[in-house]
Amino acid sequence: MVFCASLSTISKLPNPLPGAGIAFILTSSVSRFLFFWISAAALLGAGTQTEDFAAPFEVRGELKPRNRIDELVFARWRDLGIQPASLCSDSVFVRRVWLDATGTLPTAQQVVEFLGSKDPNKRAALIDELLEREEFADYWAMKWSDLLRVKAEFPIDLWPNAAQAYYHWIRSSLGENKPYDQFVREMLTASGSNFRVVPVNFYRALQNREPRGVAQAVALTFMGERAEKWPANRLTQMAAFFSQIGYKHTDEWKEEIVFFDPDKAAGGEKGDAALTFPDGTQARLLPGQDPREMFADWLITARNPWFARNIVNRVWYWLLGRGIIQEPDDIRADNPPENPELLRWLESEMEASHYDLKHLYRLILNSSTYQLSPIPRAEPAAAAAHFAVYPLRRLDAEVLIDALCQITGTSETYTSVIPEPYTFMPDFQRAISLPDGSISSSFLDLFGRPARDTGWESERDNRVSDAQLLHMLNSSHVQRKIQDGPKLAAMMRDNRNPRDLVSQIYLTILSRYPTDDEGKLVAAHSQSGAARGQAAVVDLIWALMNSAEFLYRH
Amino acid sequence: MITNLRLLPISRREALREGFFAVAGVLLGGRMAGAARAVPSPARAKSVIQIWMWGGPPHLDTFDPKPEAGENYCGPLHSPIETNVSGMRICELLPLLAQQADKYSLIRSMTHGIYAHETASYTVQTGRISGGHDVYPSVGAVVSLFKGYNAGYKGLIPPYIVLTQPQGRFSEAGFLGSRYQPFATGGDPAQPRFAVEGIVAPGLTDQRQRERREYLHQLDTMGRALKGDAQLAARDDAERLAYELILGDAGKVFDLSQEKDNLRDRYGRTTFGQSCLAARRLVERGVPYITINYQGGWDTHKQNFQVMSRRLPEMDKGLATLLQDLSDRGLLDSTVVWWNGEFGRKPKVDWEAPWNGGRNHWGGVFSALVAGGGFKGGHVVGSSDAKGEEVRDRPVYPADLIGSIYQLLGIDPGGRLPHPLGLAARVTPTAADGLPLAGWLKEIM
Repeated sequence: MVFCASLSTISKLPNPLPGAGIAFILTSSVSRFLFFWISAAALLGAGTQTEDFAAPFEVRGELKPRNRIDELVFARWRDLGIQPASLCSDSVFVRRVWLDATGTLPTAQQVVEFLGSKDPNKRAALIDELLEREEFADYWAMKWSDLLRVKAEFPIDLWPNAAQAYYHWIRSSLGENKPYDQFVREMLTASGSNFRVVPVNFYRALQNREPRGVAQAVALTFMGERAEKWPANRLTQMAAFFSQIGYKHTDEWKEEIVFFDPDKAAGGEKGDAALTFPDGTQARLLPGQDPREMFADWLITARNPWFARNIVNRVWYWLLGRGIIQEPDDIRADNPPENPELLRWLESEMEASHYDLKHLYRLILNSSTYQLSPIPRAEPAAAAAHFAVYPLRRLDAEVLIDALCQITGTSETYTSVIPEPYTFMPDFQRAISLPDGSISSSFLDLFGRPARDTGWESERDNRVSDAQLLHMLNSSHVQRKIQDGPKLAAMMRDNRNPRDLVSQIYLTILSRYPTDDEGKLVAAHSQSGAARGQAAVVDLIWALMNSAEFLYRH
Repeated sequence: MITNLRLLPISRREALREGFFAVAGVLLGGRMAGAARAVPSPARAKSVIQIWMWGGPPHLDTFDPKPEAGENYCGPLHSPIETNVSGMRICELLPLLAQQADKYSLIRSMTHGIYAHETASYTVQTGRISGGHDVYPSVGAVVSLFKGYNAGYKGLIPPYIVLTQPQGRFSEAGFLGSRYQPFATGGDPAQPRFAVEGIVAPGLTDQRQRERREYLHQLDTMGRALKGDAQLAARDDAERLAYELILGDAGKVFDLSQEKDNLRDRYGRTTFGQSCLAARRLVERGVPYITINYQGGWDTHKQNFQVMSRRLPEMDKGLATLLQDLSDRGLLDSTVVWWNGEFGRKPKVDWEAPWNGGRNHWGGVFSALVAGGGFKGGHVVGSSDAKGEEVRDRPVYPADLIGSIYQLLGIDPGGRLPHPLGLAARVTPTAADGLPLAGWLKEIM
C-alpha cells in the first residue's frame, strides 16, 4: 500500500510543529496544505483557555416548544422549577435519531449530508425519511419480537418455520404502518395454521398455554400490566376469555392449528356464559361465539383505559429511555404517571389518528423534549425523572454489533445452537433483523440480548459489565475487525491527507467532526506512542469505539 | 455480569446494586438481599467442576456396561474392565478412570424420561421440567448467586466460568438475569497460547495496552462533558476491573505454560484435557463454579462406536488426571466434580442405515459420575435393568443430585431465589413442580 510505505518514512521525520497538528502521516504532496491546517489549529487552540467539552453536543440559546408535547412537558418543568438541558447539536441529533428510529448508525456520508444541509426543517425531514426506511421496520420488528417472544426453541418452541413466518408478519405490519388496533386484533382473534394464518402464533409463543397463562401474556403485552399482581378473581375472570382455545397437530411436520374450540368449558367462573372484563363490566357470551372476539373488541375501543396508554407509554419509553409510567410494563393504580396530562394527550392523539404508530413516533421525535442534549442542567436524578435531559443508554447488543460491522466493513456469524434443522444465515446479516431469538451469537448474549422467554422489557439488559468491556477493549474479535476489516484500508486509501482521514474516522464512528483539541491529541499520540503508522490509525479507531460517546446512545 | 463489588468504594457499590435492582424491575430491595444469603449449614465443598457432556453420552458405553445383553446392545464394547474398587466395572476404553474409581461414585439410575435435548438439558441442570412462566437458573448460576460476589467471593476471575463456549441451549442464568451468566473463555487451551477472549491480549505489549488506555481517556470528550454521570461512572468502574484482569496477575491463571510439561501431557494435549487442567487452576484460585462444555458433543445417532473410540480415550485421560491431580493437591475434598449429559443413549443399537450402529436419545435411565467435595468414592448408587433401559432400583432424579450438590456447598435446597417479580421461587423444586423426588444422595455423602 502506497500510503503505508510513506508512513514508515514520514514517521521518522522530526515533528515540524511540536505539540500541534497532525504529523504522523505527512506526505510531501500534502505537506504544504497541512502546514496551513496545523497552523490554523494551533492558533485556534491558543485562543481556547478552558476547553468547552460540551460544545460538540449542544446548541446554546433559548429552548423553544415545538409541539403540544413540549407545552405539556415545559409546564411540568416550570411547576417543579427544573432547568432543562439545551437542545442537542445537529451531529448529536443525526446520530441519535438514526439509532433510536432505525437501530442503525448513520454512515459518514449520511452525516456529512445532514450537517451540510441549510434546510431549517432538516431535522423534521430526516425523521420523515427514517420512518420510511427498511431499517425502521427491522428495528421495531426486533422490539416487538422481543415482546411477543419470537423464538423457535426452548422454552417458547415456536419451531423455525413458524418463528420465521411470525417475524415476517410482524415486520411487514410495522413497515406498512398497519393501524395498531388492527395489528393487535389480528393476533388476538386469529384461528388457523401456524404456517398459514401467521398471527395465531401469538397463542403459541407462550410458556404457559393454560387460560391464565394466556391472559397474563395479553395483560402484559397489550395492557402493560402484571396480572400476577392482580386480585386472583380478576385474572380468573380474564382467563375465561381464553378458555376455549384448542391446539391440534396435522400431518404436516410441526404444523399446529390454533382454533376456537366450543367444546371446552366456556364462560365465567361458574361455567355459565357470563363474562367479566378486567374493568368490571360484564357481557354474555352467545352460543357459538368465540370469547376472544369479545375480549379483542373490548380491548381496542377508545374507551378502554389500558389500550392506548400502554402503547404510547411504551413508545415513549423506547425513544426516551423512561416511561411516563415507569416501568412501562408495570402499569398499576399505585404507579402514577410522571405527567398525566401528557399521557392523556398522547392517548387522545393515538385514538384520533386511528392508531397510527408512525404519527406517534413523528410527534415524539420532532419535539424539543426528545431533542435535548445529554448534558443535564438540573440535578441529574430530577432531570432524568422529568425528561429534562436525554438519558444515556448503552447501545442494544444488536445495534452495537451492527455498528461495529458497519464501521469495519466486516460480517458476523449467527447460528442456532439447536442443530436440526440447520440454520444458515448469509454474510452481512444484520443482527437487528435476525428473525428468530434462537439464532444468536456469543456477542449478543454477552451484551444482554433478551432471551425472549417472558416478554418483559427488563429481559433486555443494557447495563455495562466488565466482561463486556474486556471484550470491547481487548478481544481478538474486535481487534481483528478493526485491523483486518476492509474499511480501515479503504479509509486510508481514500483519505490521503491526515486531516481528512481523522475527520473520516470521527464521522464514521462518532458521527461528528473532531474538535481542534482532539486533532492535536491524535497527532501527539501518533508521534509519541509505541504505535506508529497504520497501528496509530488502528489505535484511534479502537479508542473511539471504546469511548462512552460511541457505546452509549446520547 | 462480573462486576467486582468488593473493589468499589461503598457508595459506588450501593449505587451499582441499586442500579441493578432498578433495572431488574421490581421491589427486590431487601428481599433480594435476604434471599441471596446461603444458609449457614457447614459447607464441605468450595467449588464445583461440572463436566458437561452435551448431546448425551451412552451409559452402556461408559459407566453402565451390559456385556450380558449381547451384541445388539453393547456392540463391540463387550469387555468391561475391573476398577480399583472390587465389583465396579466400567467400559474397557476407560482404563485410567478404572484406576481412580476409589475417588468417584457412579449413579446408574439417573432418570427423567425426557428425550429432547433442550428440555432434558434444562431438567438436568435446573431439576425442573420445562413449561410454566419461568425459566429457572442452572446450577452454575445458582452457585454464582450464593457463592459469588454477593457472598464474599473476592476474586477478579468471574465466579462462573465456562470452558470454552457457553451451552446456549437455554439461558443458563434463567430469571436471575445476565449478571449470573457464565463467563465463556473462548479460545482453545490446547493451543500454545490459551487466548481467553478479552483477558489475554491479541498480540499487544503491556506498554501498548497502557498507552492505548491513556489515549482512550484523553479522547473521552463526552466523559468530561458529563463528569459525575452515574452511568459513565459504572462504565469507568467496569473498565478499571477489566484492566486489572488484562494487565494484572489474575489473568495468569489461564497461562497453562506455567504447568509442568509432563503433567500437561498426562491431561492430554486436547481441548478437553487442557480444559480439565485449566479447571484445576481455577479451583486453586477459589473460583466457585467451572463448567467444561465438551466440544463436539455426544449426540451419536450415527456410528456411535467409531465416535466412542475417539472420544473415550481423551475423556479418560483428562478426567482421570483431573481426579488424581485434585487429590494430590488436597483439593478433591473441597471440590465437587460432576459428570453427565442431558440423558443417556438408547441401549439397543440402531444397526440399519443410515444410523450404521448409532444410538438414539434415552431419558429412561442414564448414568452420572460424582466425586469430591464430600461425595464418597468407590460406590455405585442405584442400578438399571439387565439391558440398561429402565431404572431397576433407587431412581435418582436430577433435583436429587442437584440438591445434594447444593447441600455440600452449604446452599439450602429449600431456600429462595430472588425472582424479578418477587414471586416465590425455591432453589430446588418440590414434587408438586412436576417431577418426582427420591431423596438426596445420603448414601454417598
